[in-house]
Amino acid sequence: MSQPFRTEKGGRIDRAGEISFTFDGEQMQGHAGDTLASALLANGVHLVGRSFKYHRPRGIVTAGSEEPNALVGIYRHGDQTPNLRATQVELYQGLEAISQNRFPSLGFDVGAINDRLSMFFPAGFYYKTFMWPKSFWDRVYEPVIRAAAGLGKPPQNPDQDFYGNQFAHCDVLIAGAGPAGLAAALAAAESGASVILCDEQAEFGGSLLTETNATIDGKAPADWVAETIGKLAATDNVRLLSRTTAFGYFAHNYVALAERVTEHLSQPDPKLPRERLWQVRAKEVVIASGAIERPMVFPENDRPGILLAEAGRTYLNRYGVKVGHKVVIATACDTAWQVAFDLADNGVEIAAIVDLRESPPESLLSIAKARNIRVEAGCVVTGTLGRKRIKAALLGKLMTSGQVASGGQVDCDALLMSGGWTPTVSLYSQSRGKVVWDGDKGAYVPGKSVQKERSVGGAKGLYGLQATLEDGYAAGEEAAKAATGKSAKVTYAAASGGEPGEGGTLGALPHDRNASKVKAFVDYQNDVTAKDVKLAVREGMHSIEHIKRYTTTGMATDQGRLSNMNALQIASGALERPMTDVGLTTFRLPYTPTTFGIFAGVARGDFFDPVRKTPSHDWVVEHGGVFEDVGQWKRTWYFPKPGEDMHAAVARECKTVRDSVGLFDASTLGKIEVVGADAAEFLERMYTNPWKKLAPGRCRYGLLLNDAGFISDDGVIGRLADDRFHVTTTTGGAPSVFATMEDYLQTEWPDLDVWITSTTEQYAVAAVQGPKAREVIAPFIEGVDLSNDAFPHMSVREATFCGVPCRLFRISFTGELGFEINVPRRHGKMMWETLAGEIEKHDGTTYGTETMHVLRAEKGYIIVGQDTDGTVTPQDAGMTWAIGKKKFDFVGKRGLDRPDLVAENRKQFVGLLTKDPKVKLEEGAQITTAENPATGTPAEGHVTSSYFSPALDRTIALAVVKNGHALEGKTLYVPMPDGSIPVEVTGPVFYDKEGARINV
Amino acid sequence: MLLVYCPYCGVERPETEFSCGGQAHIARPVDPSAATEEDWVNFLYMRSNTKGVYVERWRHTHGCGRFFNAVRNTVTDDFLSFYKAGEPMPDLEELAKEAGK
Repeated sequence: MSQPFRTEKGGRIDRAGEISFTFDGEQMQGHAGDTLASALLANGVHLVGRSFKYHRPRGIVTAGSEEPNALVGIYRHGDQTPNLRATQVELYQGLEAISQNRFPSLGFDVGAINDRLSMFFPAGFYYKTFMWPKSFWDRVYEPVIRAAAGLGKPPQNPDQDFYGNQFAHCDVLIAGAGPAGLAAALAAAESGASVILCDEQAEFGGSLLTETNATIDGKAPADWVAETIGKLAATDNVRLLSRTTAFGYFAHNYVALAERVTEHLSQPDPKLPRERLWQVRAKEVVIASGAIERPMVFPENDRPGILLAEAGRTYLNRYGVKVGHKVVIATACDTAWQVAFDLADNGVEIAAIVDLRESPPESLLSIAKARNIRVEAGCVVTGTLGRKRIKAALLGKLMTSGQVASGGQVDCDALLMSGGWTPTVSLYSQSRGKVVWDGDKGAYVPGKSVQKERSVGGAKGLYGLQATLEDGYAAGEEAAKAATGKSAKVTYAAASGGEPGEGGTLGALPHDRNASKVKAFVDYQNDVTAKDVKLAVREGMHSIEHIKRYTTTGMATDQGRLSNMNALQIASGALERPMTDVGLTTFRLPYTPTTFGIFAGVARGDFFDPVRKTPSHDWVVEHGGVFEDVGQWKRTWYFPKPGEDMHAAVARECKTVRDSVGLFDASTLGKIEVVGADAAEFLERMYTNPWKKLAPGRCRYGLLLNDAGFISDDGVIGRLADDRFHVTTTTGGAPSVFATMEDYLQTEWPDLDVWITSTTEQYAVAAVQGPKAREVIAPFIEGVDLSNDAFPHMSVREATFCGVPCRLFRISFTGELGFEINVPRRHGKMMWETLAGEIEKHDGTTYGTETMHVLRAEKGYIIVGQDTDGTVTPQDAGMTWAIGKKKFDFVGKRGLDRPDLVAENRKQFVGLLTKDPKVKLEEGAQITTAENPATGTPAEGHVTSSYFSPALDRTIALAVVKNGHALEGKTLYVPMPDGSIPVEVTGPVFYDKEGARINV
Repeated sequence: MLLVYCPYCGVERPETEFSCGGQAHIARPVDPSAATEEDWVNFLYMRSNTKGVYVERWRHTHGCGRFFNAVRNTVTDDFLSFYKAGEPMPDLEELAKEAGK
């Protein structure tokens, strides 16, 4: 029979049709409404994975997102997503799932030998075992451990899916749609607040979908849920988000939700994202995350077929699945008894109810008796038999001495356990709240609210259906009132049944087995046993934070929601300190594993970072230019002709610029318009140079320091009018220079009458450089006498280029006659194409950043950020000429007088020539005085720029060297792996030292 | 992500629109040349690392571009006050007392 563990009727699955799926290639049937876990159980499959460390066979334990064992890979788009919890994977036609961490198969796994060898894998074994030799760390130990341990395999291909993002604001965000969350949503919505209600499950209702033994307003709980959701959905101010996990609670009530949009669908709409990130800013948050059941820690508590009791009830009542035909219930609390009764009423044989307590409530005992169920009170499970599925449970009788006497064995094919309930305080903890110990409840519960939130119902340890509903309504009303100031009369629904129940236990249970031979698991996913926790304490881990990291308990994907309380109690016992003194580790985000995709959103590939293109971009692509990335800019690096490599292309470009003319796209340079009556005064205070006497129509090189006295940027500044300057900055420095100017202007000198505007994007800039530059631009420029006398070096004019208004600078970063033409950005393409055509006629060339770098290095012009590194002063750079000596103040002036900045032995900017003109130094290479310095010798400086110079037909380099200005003519060394390179210290200017070529 | 109020725009906006500029009310000496070495080093580098109520500079970088000051509790991330650049520092004890209510 297909689905031998499916009930005849009941449950919320769609029994009308079957859908088929595969698990490890085996075809099985299930129904719409199943999770992969419930469908597997319906087919009698409990063994779904192998454990992390010991490769023990493991089965489904829970029915929720806290599932530690049933991690599977799901195939989609020809690749698999690993580590999905089968309890959350919704079944669809054709779903393909595989088990993980087994080889060669789930049934026969060679790694299971680890279980037999477990004496070699105690807590912290990797800290102890793999100590030496050191060379084995990277090459042997780590690869072997990584291969043997671990969970699923990462996907092989880039993520085929895409991910959405949505910002949302609301008065009240409610996380969790069980009884408390639904009541809160009803109350908040009726009070007129805007509400977002989210729940991680496919269906709203939480525990109400499992509860069959209660009524709300006389209705079955699931019917009340349907009615409530209908009511909320019809309300304008409510947004319902199912399959949506509130995974992160951040400052100022900013909560991140992950919505699974299409993963549960067989044929999703390709226009929809796989998942959607909701970034919610809520005025008030209601945490209705409920509580989860605790496993019991007894030997061999990890066999397939052992589940949490309430999970067994959920599979039965919600999914119509029996976890077994003959079930043992092991419990320390009342709620598990109802599980036994529900199962018995559905024809499942209850082999025994084993209750830790000496005297379970009489009311329960009488119901059990009526159903003829064997009850063993004051009894514990001391072990289990079976390999891939539980076959029998060993019982032990608790004696007054505290010892355990053997109580025989009970055959079964499933065991449901309940150690009591643990409030889910993860979101509260993420909101920076501190949990407090509640002795009566035997649980950590939320303490004082740090943010505008309140926990309700199970999340704060409040149980029982009626009490939970009341608490939810009240919280919804309060939250709405706090957020909106409004309130309304809300009618509360009344429940009967769903009693809270008593009892619970923490820590490892006593047993009569050989303690050194058995394993009682605390953390299933990380294979941490009670023994490991005790060992950690014996080995000196006395803080719960250390115990956690040493044993890895609580570090699995459930973040210790299942294991923390048991581990804490065991540690507390071993430390002989009360639990409250041991402390609890902090729950951190994400609440459940969250995909990288949802964080990346659309910021992938081309959208990872904006790309900034210059006006010549398309032309350069057409003409085979090679780009380099400069920040976000695409700049042309060089223009190879057919057959040319980079070296040949750059050599040709350099030579052509010096011999005739070159065209360069300088549009990326930062540009700032400084305007106002005090514009000159402002620049006087910002830059080292004097500006007040600069005549309109003239330019000056400007050097910008920070107040510490170090060079931070430079650029040419042209004065267009008394009250207007055109400031240029380096390409990379534009935003920071602008921000620095704003800072000083707004906060230090708000009295100055100055406006500054970033105009980098407003202008396209073409640099025409070389002896024939004037001839190239002359046909297109009107309104300026271009002669050397009328328009000398370092001048600026407003003119027209092909009839378009332009700002024409006569400046040079090559040492040649040069012009830079600024036209409005929209005319940039026209300007570039016009000039590119014209230079052809003059045997000129277009050139890129590499040639620009070589030409400026030949002239010893610095590039801020390459030749300087934030510790270079103008004196160090040999640029004292740029400092206005008579100025009262400028940014950095006082800094320059600091003792360390005027001290001896500062690194200074120099040129270097290798003795062998063919040897090119490495940029960044260290410089020493000794030819073969001993290891550890401090460097005298380092090479900042190094090129082959076509003009000199040899290599050149720039460097910063200790006391470099005094070392001219001296020999230093650049030690390299294949030998020391002797270099001669020179001045930084290699070409046309007198600067004659500029003034023609 | 913090919610920051820009006193110039009169709106609350997410932190991503702003940049934080560290401790506020570090005045640049009016005549830097007259500043002692110690004064200048204090101005350049010395900042308090307060656990609790702290006054810091913010700029509405991707909004109006203006600099302003904010009083923030560095433990809770609660903002106690926002005010324009140039306005005097509020009485922090008073603010902390009010916030404690």
